[in-house]
Amino acid sequence: MISDRRKFILNTARAVGITAIGGFVWSAYVEEAIASPLTLRPPGALVEDDFLKACIKCGLCVEACPYDTLLLSKPGDNKPLGTPYFVPRDIPCYMCPDIPCVPVCPTGALDESSVTTDGELDINIAEMGVAVVDAHSCIAFWGIQCDACYRACPLLGEAIKIEYSQNKRTGKHAYRIPVIDADACTGCGLCEKACVTEKAAVAILPTQVALGKVGDYYIKGWDKEDEKRLENAHEIKSTTDISKRSAMDSLNDSEDLY
Amino acid sequence: MSLSRREFLKSSAAASAAAAIGMSVPAELEAAANTAEGGWRWDKAACRFCGTGCGIMMATKNGKIVAVKGDPAAPVNRGLNCIKGYFNAKIMYGADRLTKPLLRVDANGNFDKKGKFSEVSWERAFDEMELNIKKALKVSGPEGVGVFASGQYTIMEGYAAQKVMKAGFRSNAIDPNARHCMASAVVGFYQTFGVDEPSGCYDDIELTDTVVSWGSNMAEMHPILWSRVTDRKLSDPERVKVISIQTYTHRTSDLADTEIIFSPNTDTALWNYVAREIVMRDDAEKIIDWNFVKKHMIFAAGPVNIGYGMRRNTDKSIKEGKYTDLEMETISKEMKTTVSAKEGPALEPFGYKEGDTMTHKGGTLGHWEISFEEYKKSLEPYTLDYTAKIVKGDPDESIESFKKKLQELANLYIEKDRKVVSFWTMGMNQHTRGTWTNTLAYNVHFMLNKQARPGSGAFSLTGQPSACGTAREVGTFTHRLPADMMVKNPKHRAIAEKKWMIPAGTLNGVGKQHIMKIHRDIEDGLIKFAWVNVCNPYQDSASATHWIKAAREMDNFIVTSDGYPGISAKVSDLILPTAMIYEKWGAYGNAERRTQHWRQQVLPVGDSMSDTWQWMELSKRFKISEVWGAYAPSGPRKKALPDVLEKAYAMGYNKDTTLFEVLFANKVATTYKLDQKDPIQTGYDNSEGYGDSRNVVGSDGKVFNGYGFFIQKYLWEEYAAFTRGHGHDLAPFNMYHKVRGLKWPVVDGKETAWRFNAKYDPYAAKATNNGETGEFAFYGTLAKALQSGTLGGKDKSSKKVSLKNKAKIFARPYMDPPEMPDAKYDTWLCTGRVLEHWHSGTMTMRVPELFRAVPEALCYMHPEDAKKKGLKQGGLAWVESRRGKVKARVETRGRNRPARGLVFVPWFDEKVFINKVCLDATCPMSKQTDFKKCAVKIYKA
Repeated sequence: MISDRRKFILNTARAVGITAIGGFVWSAYVEEAIASPLTLRPPGALVEDDFLKACIKCGLCVEACPYDTLLLSKPGDNKPLGTPYFVPRDIPCYMCPDIPCVPVCPTGALDESSVTTDGELDINIAEMGVAVVDAHSCIAFWGIQCDACYRACPLLGEAIKIEYSQNKRTGKHAYRIPVIDADACTGCGLCEKACVTEKAAVAILPTQVALGKVGDYYIKGWDKEDEKRLENAHEIKSTTDISKRSAMDSLNDSEDLY
Repeated sequence: MSLSRREFLKSSAAASAAAAIGMSVPAELEAAANTAEGGWRWDKAACRFCGTGCGIMMATKNGKIVAVKGDPAAPVNRGLNCIKGYFNAKIMYGADRLTKPLLRVDANGNFDKKGKFSEVSWERAFDEMELNIKKALKVSGPEGVGVFASGQYTIMEGYAAQKVMKAGFRSNAIDPNARHCMASAVVGFYQTFGVDEPSGCYDDIELTDTVVSWGSNMAEMHPILWSRVTDRKLSDPERVKVISIQTYTHRTSDLADTEIIFSPNTDTALWNYVAREIVMRDDAEKIIDWNFVKKHMIFAAGPVNIGYGMRRNTDKSIKEGKYTDLEMETISKEMKTTVSAKEGPALEPFGYKEGDTMTHKGGTLGHWEISFEEYKKSLEPYTLDYTAKIVKGDPDESIESFKKKLQELANLYIEKDRKVVSFWTMGMNQHTRGTWTNTLAYNVHFMLNKQARPGSGAFSLTGQPSACGTAREVGTFTHRLPADMMVKNPKHRAIAEKKWMIPAGTLNGVGKQHIMKIHRDIEDGLIKFAWVNVCNPYQDSASATHWIKAAREMDNFIVTSDGYPGISAKVSDLILPTAMIYEKWGAYGNAERRTQHWRQQVLPVGDSMSDTWQWMELSKRFKISEVWGAYAPSGPRKKALPDVLEKAYAMGYNKDTTLFEVLFANKVATTYKLDQKDPIQTGYDNSEGYGDSRNVVGSDGKVFNGYGFFIQKYLWEEYAAFTRGHGHDLAPFNMYHKVRGLKWPVVDGKETAWRFNAKYDPYAAKATNNGETGEFAFYGTLAKALQSGTLGGKDKSSKKVSLKNKAKIFARPYMDPPEMPDAKYDTWLCTGRVLEHWHSGTMTMRVPELFRAVPEALCYMHPEDAKKKGLKQGGLAWVESRRGKVKARVETRGRNRPARGLVFVPWFDEKVFINKVCLDATCPMSKQTDFKKCAVKIYKA
């Protein structure tokens, strides 16, 4: 689950986006040509900027989708015109194992290699987005026995796990709380579709928007797997306000000392 | 009355606290708690859905229910709900709610079986019903009038229906859909204890160390109970063990320490294996509590060649060729089978071996006492090797790992000082040897003295909200009368006749038209009139095509009372718009014997009226002289029914007296007064009592202005009188309106947590002289005197011996079901439910959020099976049996994960009509359909 703080920032980002668009209605088409960080793309899509450069808006992926999940953006959708996207609350990605939308892409905007494992297509490694649970509106946090998102998840037990805890108020029931594993979650949105609250309490955000990133200079001492990140570790050079001047300059500057 | 906010808080806190501990609240305060809040009114009710029996509160505003909350004072759920319960406020307000009676008519407005539905008046609707019931009575006698009854009836309406059917029409052809869900549990209870319903209660969950789920997906079907199991597991994860024993992996296995996947039907072998461990290791390890067993138990056996509850060669429709050759491949097993290699060893102690022909006779409940040595003999085949070989359900699991699990299971049961609860639902009950399997569960618990004790016991959960309360306790079964009485028993009939103020000899002593028999009797042309109440039998019955065809194409008249247009309504000739749960006063009884009442919260939608009203209005159309004459033998009844009119006239009735006057508006009923000063009634509607502001034009063409007495209270008190003094005691009507339900028997105002245990159950205390003569008394009275014999048969010369206060341990073997996968139909089909939907989905598929969450039924299967059959995840496939086929989307991921060789398809979705595929084989003793097993082939659609 994403922390409250990060959600706050995300919501702010969303709000800013909306205001910006609202303020420049006359230039909507111009705005729409610019990458929207909140658009969900088909499986295998390159990162947004690269995707927009590569996508020739041919619509072949949209045509290949057997569930009518994928849409081509029209004027007024507030997305770069003609590019494919999906709205999981309406129609999620059903994660076809043969991923018909990807191999048809003529330009590599949908990158087959990013959804391929050992030479075979593998939808389970797709990164369309990541599910984010709003703990305030998710009724599982009240103790309601829901888990509709968990049961809808094609990677149930991996992408959505259930965390059990005791309900001290009742003294005899347990909370069953959905927890997203961002590594396993593909962003298909079946959970968002299934969520029973009025507005979904679990929603998909594009991976780059939703996820943070920890620095490679700290490795979990208790997790052998985490060592892998060391491969990315590089020379550390850091500057803060206090360190931006050279040591000599600082030392020789004793103006305010007494 | 005006209350300050502070006073209000005080009074509502007092009301909840008082309710939580089961004490009564002064009426004044209770009323205050209901009316003080401005703008809306909160009032308590029971959840509409499963047998868990959660307490809820309904908020009503401007005459409509606008919200629901879990009732924090309800002991079962303490304010929580599952997501079906969460949507209780929405279930009555679907856009296509039925509002007017609808009749199939021709262009001139005359009834026409082939016609289209058209709105008619209530008067016209009752005219047609009257006409067709009279026709049916004339042609087939009482046996020609049938009712598909329900475990979702309120207690009062089930009781009203039973009175009109059994006392009025003298027909026992009334049987509930509950037959499909727990009849095997019921017969298991009767055979073992001599009386129905569980010994334990939900508190067992908090007190136990071990929860074993046998063929029950509690995580989805009883979420609030599963939440309690989860809490118990969390409270002591090392000590508390959870074992999930299923035919496919589902969400109940999530919490389990061990999951055992067994091959369909072999749970009987698994229980016998555990029993064998207990018995064979007893000499060395002193496992059996012999003091308990010798004092309280006897051993018993019965015949094994009892068929599979299918149609027999002698049935009219079979003789007329209404079944195809393919269907007959399976049906022929009803008459004769060849003992298979799989069941051969298990049947050897009973005198059969592999390759023998077994000639089957129709199911019998008969049994006789045997010695412990004989019982032991019956267990000998269930060695670890044999058991593991036939039980292992996942071809990809190693036999060694599987054997370890079986040993672990046995050891957990056996472990001294370890408390164990075994829960089960449909998996064990929907089984062609369901009654046997139920009795086998008690065997294990009894030998270990782990039954009817806090935290220990075999505990049958129920599916429906009032399968216990209405179907079982009221006795809306073909063979039952209220409070564990039987139509077969002349003494019981006499008690009911007296209470119902009807002449001696009125009641029909033959109750054999169980729910599948009603369908079959319609197909055979015996039943000419059938009425569907609070259920959906044309969607929920196996071999569905036969029953739909019989209803649509034969000379009969089918009526459905419902809130929504489901399959049964569509199949009917007449549809009656019916008040739903919170539109009427009512009561439900849950799986732990807890009875809960509620008041009418709102007026029904449109011209809907309650089932009780419909039965009462119908009863006005029949004079006793039209129904209480003599009837020639008919259907299952081989003797004539006597004319009881002279006796009736002697009782003061005359030929024009109507059933309404006898059964409802009689001198007792009218003493139950409507009174707005009565705090139970103050401010609440009673559409049957007063009529209501809708001014519905009733069955006589005039505005219905109410019966003028408190009909629901009358029905309750008359029914409850049957229960008192017989170990079934229900409390007075008013008391239930002050508390959050009570577990019967309620004696001296106190409920009973554990039955048969002298410490907790006043009846057991009495039978044991307050525990002086023993800790337990199994005081049920049915089949409590037996002859004796061996596994091979009864010794006909033996004398009947009384088994007063004793229970029974049964020798019962593993046997194959009648249809198993073969070369042509190579896959097991198991059907069931999903959390999001209730039964056939008539309510939950109309709640937008639940519909969105699970819009269609999927065919869950193993990815390798899908691959082998050329099926794609998400693609469409045909699921086809010898009886029919349906198209469903293939799901190889997600909530249900069968092993290779089995598929699971839920039945809630009328568009994936899986009951066309299922087989209507039943447990021949309980007559409960086995929806869990038949053979199918699956191919690309």
